[in-house]
Amino acid sequence: MAEALTRPLGLLAELTHRCPLGCPYCSNPLALDRREDELDTATWARVFREAAGLGVLQVHLSGGEPGARRDLVEIAASAREAGLYTNLITSGVGITTRTMRDLWEAGLDHVQVSIQDSDAVSADHIAGYQGAFQRKHALAAEAVRLGLMLTINLVVHRANIERIGAMVELALALKASRIEIAHVQYYGWALKNRAALMPAREQVERAVAQVEELRRRYQGRIVIDAVVPDYHARFPKPCVGGWGRRSLNVTPSGKVLPCHAAETIPDLEFWNVRDHPLSDIWERSPAFNAFRGTDYLPEPCATCERREIDFGGCRCQAFALTGDARATDPVCTLSPSHGLVAELAGVQDSGPYVYRR
Amino acid sequence: MSEGYAIAPDAKPRLPRGVRLTHNEAQGGWVLLAPERIFKADAIAVEILKRCTGEATLAAIVDDLAATFKAPRDRIEADVSKLLGGLAEKKLLEL
Repeated sequence: MAEALTRPLGLLAELTHRCPLGCPYCSNPLALDRREDELDTATWARVFREAAGLGVLQVHLSGGEPGARRDLVEIAASAREAGLYTNLITSGVGITTRTMRDLWEAGLDHVQVSIQDSDAVSADHIAGYQGAFQRKHALAAEAVRLGLMLTINLVVHRANIERIGAMVELALALKASRIEIAHVQYYGWALKNRAALMPAREQVERAVAQVEELRRRYQGRIVIDAVVPDYHARFPKPCVGGWGRRSLNVTPSGKVLPCHAAETIPDLEFWNVRDHPLSDIWERSPAFNAFRGTDYLPEPCATCERREIDFGGCRCQAFALTGDARATDPVCTLSPSHGLVAELAGVQDSGPYVYRR
Repeated sequence: MSEGYAIAPDAKPRLPRGVRLTHNEAQGGWVLLAPERIFKADAIAVEILKRCTGEATLAAIVDDLAATFKAPRDRIEADVSKLLGGLAEKKLLEL
């Protein structure tokens, strides 16, 4: 390989796939890991030490709902002891204010709380959980009271796309310093619910312009980070900053993936932290080496000047839509299969959600 | 960390919880860690950020740096304002 191996910066720790909510856009796989297969506290602590040694700077404690783990505080403490910047990504349901205080004492650096909508009834409908909206408020308030910086995570889709402004107002009212506005990405349960989640093109165009306007309006008051709507983009996203370049993902049962959706690509061999040190997995595991670099990319990527910018886009999306994980991500307008994306972006139904269960 | 946000000379900048300066051998130097952000910190940035404790005023930090590094005050002031103004705009600095 011509390019020297880079060191990862971030690790997504999926502590559990268990979650009280059932959001239809969940990026977890359709086959969820079982509780009895989850890594134990000591193994997570070892993974964090190995990650820090490998160069990882930030760990994201996620899930499922990480609050479903009874040892969440110990896990967070071990990440912090390993020297990692420790970020909690939570639905806000399943973490008590007491646990939040314990996490603060354990050294938690930052907390991200998801919201589903600015309208309580709609929010609880999307989450498939009565009362979720109210409980998020309580947790967000406690985090801010403790002096933690708060990010509100918002996934945008057809049911809430008209209320982005109100949701930014809500984030401000919750005293968040940052809001992530991410258009739904179609993997896992979201792919299953694609037609039910897909907004109209005009809605997407209005939303993108609105986010720009909100950014100007609230400059200095709240940071707005936006993830663009894939199916309506011109070029693909540089998924996870390039395969096996900047980040890794550990599943509840210990498999290490280059990205959270990588298991959807057939015949990749993933290694498990139970069997291998993390550095070996990063450097030598077949899954991480499968799509490293850009040498494998076909035309139009092979001769494209953007190939070191977006690395041909997302491998999982290329596979999901074309059946070939090496293909140019069809989100790219230069892809020979782009017509498919345009077509799928026009497919909508109002059928009920398939909730993640 | 470029554009920004003018900070008053008597403001006392402090890195809030959730914004941390740290040295990492494997990544080859100092980095400033923040929510979903990682900034490489060069030697000048490190000296500025280490002084953001909430005790010293912006003016005092500039004086201290100018004296320590025997550099022109206005040049130091420009560096400090640029770095800290950029952080303040991103809500990564308490004033």
